[in-house]
Amino acid sequence: MSTEILMPALSPTMEEGTLAKWYVKKGDVVKSGDVIAEIETDKATMEVEAVDEGTIEDILVPEGTENVKVNSPIARLSEGETAAPSPSPLAGEGGPAEQGRMRGLSEPSGKPVAASAEAGAQPLIRPVSDRPPPPARGEGQGTRVFASPLARRIAAQKNLDLSALKGSGPHGRIIKRDVEGAAPGAAKAPATGGAAASAPRQVQSLAQMGVPDGSYDLVPLDGMRKTVARRLTDSFRDVPHFPLTIDLEIDALLAGRVKINAMLESQGVKVSVNDLVIKAAAIALKQVPEANASYSPEGIALHHHADIAMAVAIDGGLITPIIRAAETKGLAQIATEAKDLAARARTRKLKPEEFQGGTFSISNLGMFGIKAFASILNEPQGAILSVGAGEPRPVVKNGQLAIATVMTVTLTCDHRVVDGAIGARWLQAFKILIEDPITMIV
Amino acid sequence: MADTFDLIVIGSGPGGYVTAIRASQLGLKTAIIEKEALGGVCLNWGCIPTKALLKTGEAYEQLSHLADYGIKVEKASFDFPGIIKRSRKVAAQLNSGVAFLMKKHKIEVVEGTARLEKGSPAPKVVVALKAGGARTLTAKHVILATGARARTIPAVGLEPDGDRIWTYREAMAPKSAPKSLIVIGSGAIGIEFASFYRALGADVTVIETLPRILPVEDEEVSATARKAFEKRGIKFRVGAQVEKVEKPKSGGVRITASGAQTSEVLEAEVAIVAVGIVGNVEDMGLESLGVKIDRTHVVTDNHGATGVPGLYAIGDVAGPPWLAHKASHEGVHCIEHIAGLVPSNLNAPIPGCTYSTPQIASVGITEAAAKEKGIAVKVGRFPFRVNGKAIASGETEGFVKTIFDEKTGALIGAHLIGGEVTEMIQGFALAMTLEATEAELIATVFPHPTMSEAMHEASLDAYGRVLHI
Repeated sequence: MSTEILMPALSPTMEEGTLAKWYVKKGDVVKSGDVIAEIETDKATMEVEAVDEGTIEDILVPEGTENVKVNSPIARLSEGETAAPSPSPLAGEGGPAEQGRMRGLSEPSGKPVAASAEAGAQPLIRPVSDRPPPPARGEGQGTRVFASPLARRIAAQKNLDLSALKGSGPHGRIIKRDVEGAAPGAAKAPATGGAAASAPRQVQSLAQMGVPDGSYDLVPLDGMRKTVARRLTDSFRDVPHFPLTIDLEIDALLAGRVKINAMLESQGVKVSVNDLVIKAAAIALKQVPEANASYSPEGIALHHHADIAMAVAIDGGLITPIIRAAETKGLAQIATEAKDLAARARTRKLKPEEFQGGTFSISNLGMFGIKAFASILNEPQGAILSVGAGEPRPVVKNGQLAIATVMTVTLTCDHRVVDGAIGARWLQAFKILIEDPITMIV
Repeated sequence: MADTFDLIVIGSGPGGYVTAIRASQLGLKTAIIEKEALGGVCLNWGCIPTKALLKTGEAYEQLSHLADYGIKVEKASFDFPGIIKRSRKVAAQLNSGVAFLMKKHKIEVVEGTARLEKGSPAPKVVVALKAGGARTLTAKHVILATGARARTIPAVGLEPDGDRIWTYREAMAPKSAPKSLIVIGSGAIGIEFASFYRALGADVTVIETLPRILPVEDEEVSATARKAFEKRGIKFRVGAQVEKVEKPKSGGVRITASGAQTSEVLEAEVAIVAVGIVGNVEDMGLESLGVKIDRTHVVTDNHGATGVPGLYAIGDVAGPPWLAHKASHEGVHCIEHIAGLVPSNLNAPIPGCTYSTPQIASVGITEAAAKEKGIAVKVGRFPFRVNGKAIASGETEGFVKTIFDEKTGALIGAHLIGGEVTEMIQGFALAMTLEATEAELIATVFPHPTMSEAMHEASLDAYGRVLHI
């Protein structure tokens, strides 16, 4: 008769910890109260005591294993006099290599499945821990990247950054086949001194989080979804950002738009509120050039032109085509270009140079009635403007309650380049342009 | 005794018994079925007993050179039954060693002949017991490790008769040493027997269909080997086809071999058939289960799966190279895969060895194969005749040849001929498994004085940096 010793929780919130040290080995006899192991979390270290008497039949999680889930078996205790042959075929005697390299655990989902895929076969091994294989990539500078000499050489020839690759060799070592499969650029070395290239974080499987398999349809991640996930995760996590919100009265803008469209009718061009917003934003960026900026380790890049990226929702994601040097372009041209770019974005026919780059972004959810929102920065741009719906709202004018068409906009700023005062100055300039559109002509 | 297991292994050669041990380590309840002797051909009738014979041959041959070492020997002779007895004793010792290992790992050994029947989740195994009766065993997984046997060609009379026409098996334990011998086939098995019997003084002729001996080896190795064997008195007929095998009443064998233009009649006391291997796939019910068989070998995927649920095949029966260590490697890979581990050494390079005098060892691809694949290569060579240890030992025959991928510097092949090269090849196998490039081989310190320094020099030579030439 044998029982499993489980990973204890050192605190009510602890989910996993490091098995720092074993004080016993296979075959040792322990009695209740004996210290058998030492467990570590990021906050504390604690000794684990045996609760029952018996013989340590097997150590299931080797010393030094990180991310051992609470309540996962860490050892097996036989309560009889002699250790019976292992009834459950755990990979107990295996070293960290075996345990870490169980099938299924290397999947990004970290799904706790180690079943044999063979038809009709019973799963013979169940997972000992949920931890992914030891990573080959260095998390920070100075961490050794385990890679074969040949993998290193091929990576150098292909200009690949090994730290961005996942190794499939023993102990997660990067071997030839890992670098041969990697496309150059897919894992290019980051810009000098730039933030460490990041991989999407390892998320728990849905099943682990209580959503049972089969209760949903799974849409595979396509390239765009992966890019969106990666870029926005990086941006939101790594860029210190803050929102600035302001209300704009747009009655004059709307009236002006009617006149402009009447004028442009013969040309077959129709200017939208969004086109006016693009134009005003571009002019404001010329007036407050510090807001038209990007952070780089070498310094702050102050852009010569206002290249305005406009977020376009398309099937399966979004894309940000760019109106280049919008400050130099007339409304008719902006309207024509924006319409063309949006149409081609929806059919995924944009050329890379039409959506890569840009110095400032505008995202407009006004058409959905959204009042206000704060977008995530589109790196390396220093700011992004979120445009809400224009709607009649009560306002106070000269001490009197009045009705005006009000539109709320929010500027999300990269604090490394756009400080609060700069952002505020830009919004001020933008507000004047929008509320009194005639000033755009100046 | 319970008849239900996690795993049943059929065949206890180096593929089967190693697989069973690994399975036991992984906690699987395992049975192994053997119809003859634990350890299979390798241990009882192949690798091991031949090495015992070859050691004798080498030692005996050495006697004629002892004067070179300043030793005087008067009238050496050998006791043939004694030689065979020692070889059998070695095999017996290892056979009981396997029995001990099975016991130690709590693997149930079932002596008998296995036959498969439809079953779920894996085919049922019906064993006709050696002791009489039958036993039906079931398991979640069944691994075929039934090995292979010598190929024969009855059409031209190349069929062992246990008297004048032998396979490796008869050649291993004859009553007396033949005075003359024809070996048909110049692969490792043929060359080893040629080497052994020649060392004991037999008149040996080797017939090979292909244009060179040891056809799987690098061409330079084949050429050097041929010269070395001819120097010892072995005769070769390459590019020759056996047309007819006759057994004259007066005794011996008469073999008609035809070359491109000529036809020749060769006579000898006995002939050894060493023309390859056929897989042991018969009489096990494989056909009725729908197991795919291609030219006597079971077709499997990369992990040994046959396509029939729960049934796997590893080792010789699953195809070439027919080598014991390849069988063990495949078996371990297969069972680790079944157990849900990720065996990471799927494409480990498999070295090959021939234990003749001189020895031959190789790993990876030949220079010709690299060129055929369009790989630009850097080739290095170093002869033992300028290696200090080799000169001191009087073993100056042969060389080390290295082949590197010019583009990446990866070692892609190594080919050795000379004294004890079968003990050196693992260094190159390790380098290839670790994906070493020329930089690591050049940076490694090889001890002096050793024959292995030639491995270092051959690596240096590929990059124009050889030191001792």
